[in-house]
Amino acid sequence: MNWVAVGLTLKLATLTAVILVMIGLPVAYWLSFSKWRWKFLVESVVALPLVLPPTVLGFYILVAMGPQSPVGRLYTSLVGHPLPFTFEGLLFASILYSLPFAVQPFASAFEQVDRRLIEAAWTLGVSRLGTFFKLVLPLSIAGVVTGFVLSFAHTLGEFGVVLMVGGNIEGETRTVSIDIYDHVQALDYGAAAQTAFLLLAISYAVLLLVYAVNRKVWRAYPQEPRGL
Amino acid sequence: METVSALNVDLSKGFPGRIRVEARFQLPLEPPSVLILFGPSGSGKTTVLRCLAGLEWPDRGVIQFGRETWLDVRAGIHRPPQKRQVGYMFQDYALFPTQSVEGNIAFGLGDLSLAERKQRVAEVLPLVQLQGLGDARPEQLSGGQQQRVALARAIARRPRLLLLDEPLSALDAPTRDRLRGELRYLLTHLGIPSLVVTHDWGEALAIGDRMAVISEGKILQFGTPQEIFNRPRDAEVARIVGMETAIQGRIVDSSGGLVTVDVSGARLFALVAEGMAGDVFVCIRAEDVVLEKGGTGASSARNRLIGTVRTVTATGALVKVEVDCGFPLSAIVTRSAVEDLDLVPGMPIAASMKAGAVHLVPRGRAVADVADPSVFGARDGLQGRGI
Repeated sequence: MNWVAVGLTLKLATLTAVILVMIGLPVAYWLSFSKWRWKFLVESVVALPLVLPPTVLGFYILVAMGPQSPVGRLYTSLVGHPLPFTFEGLLFASILYSLPFAVQPFASAFEQVDRRLIEAAWTLGVSRLGTFFKLVLPLSIAGVVTGFVLSFAHTLGEFGVVLMVGGNIEGETRTVSIDIYDHVQALDYGAAAQTAFLLLAISYAVLLLVYAVNRKVWRAYPQEPRGL
Repeated sequence: METVSALNVDLSKGFPGRIRVEARFQLPLEPPSVLILFGPSGSGKTTVLRCLAGLEWPDRGVIQFGRETWLDVRAGIHRPPQKRQVGYMFQDYALFPTQSVEGNIAFGLGDLSLAERKQRVAEVLPLVQLQGLGDARPEQLSGGQQQRVALARAIARRPRLLLLDEPLSALDAPTRDRLRGELRYLLTHLGIPSLVVTHDWGEALAIGDRMAVISEGKILQFGTPQEIFNRPRDAEVARIVGMETAIQGRIVDSSGGLVTVDVSGARLFALVAEGMAGDVFVCIRAEDVVLEKGGTGASSARNRLIGTVRTVTATGALVKVEVDCGFPLSAIVTRSAVEDLDLVPGMPIAASMKAGAVHLVPRGRAVADVADPSVFGARDGLQGRGI
């Protein structure tokens, strides 16, 4: 088993999920609470990675990060090397690719929060930010865990985007899925099976966690609606 | 001394496809009083309350709280709810399910130190008789207890204005009657100007100092509850309040399941209600009053009053008759009854009603079933601006 690839993949997935929580929470908050009539435009953009073939997404990211684009040039001038075919480039692509897997569960959890509870907090003098952390986040914790875990799991298994943006550099961009592909290409089915099984086990464990959280197997707090 | 400070409201708020709510009134803040917003559901009472809390943005208008401008649409001033220091109680309480009773009450006290917060919670819990329940979760409590938590949470920050949206409507009738007395006691002792939305005439009489009758987004009449009940401006107001006579009386005796109430010298019998003594409002629906001429007076009705017809006013198929029997009493009878009795102003008449038709609403100092008044020693503290 290629433990370097496994380690790299776990690092990539964890970083992606953590960063997506930080980016996704404000985006999701805005999507659920904004009354702007054109917000569906943004909603659609966030959902795009769900329907786009990874190669298409990867292609655009590659072009956007490349030396021909202002973003790519800016990055190169700041960091000293171009973004594509590096771990950072891969991370950037993963974040975009998994964005809907974080934002959508966050947003739907926020939408479930009774607006009157939020208003009650405001009349009690608690700021919007304070209300978010003291009230909205605890009430939406299942959705936040779901979004974190789904974006983690989704990143674990990404292939097309990695191939387009990251390539296949050992210890830098070779993830588990690429590793499996290599083994199959080399007709080394035994090694492919081992790695594939590991990925299957991790993915299954992660989904178990998501469903258990949503079925409230471990109750963080009682949440039934009052019968009023 | 400060000049007369008041809450001045003049606002207008429309919703697509619904009525436009327009409210214009003034509530003096000194001495603190309780204003009832009374009206049928959907009349716009809650919208007025939400505008005052800053939860709703009126399309035009001004809200002036003393010297502070909370809203001035033309000048682009809109003070957010966080900066108004009001206590808002939602109709179904909106208690935080993630927090204990104590957590709910202390939720808005984040700017106090931990010790002060604990002390404030300890001060407020006995006011609403929730001692020992601080660690309970809202969903473990009865409806009445949840109501008290919501009230405690609203007053814990020492608000300058209390806004209560149908504070008792989610409760069953016996609990409602009991808590009505407590609520009145609390409101008068906290000394916080309050607006209370209700469609319950008993609540309006029991806790209101002033009252605004609202229908279809407009304030139809503004006055003391007694004025409005006894002298509704028009048929619309009379229909909305649904209670034509509301007069002050005093319970003087109680025996055999009946209480005797003295109303300006006249004696009325009413059915015993729990925990009632002293000053009450006596409420009689005009359609419960039977008018008769002379006669022996032998009737199953416990109350028979001799009086004089003051006015006879036709309202559609029915006729409203005002009788003076030591106090003004309204009766509603049919046109044919008016003809049979030859009712004309100035003639003597007997008015009778069953004891069960005489409704009593307690309104006085003697309230059974409230917390030990000594806990209100904290009252002066609670009145302070605090925070």
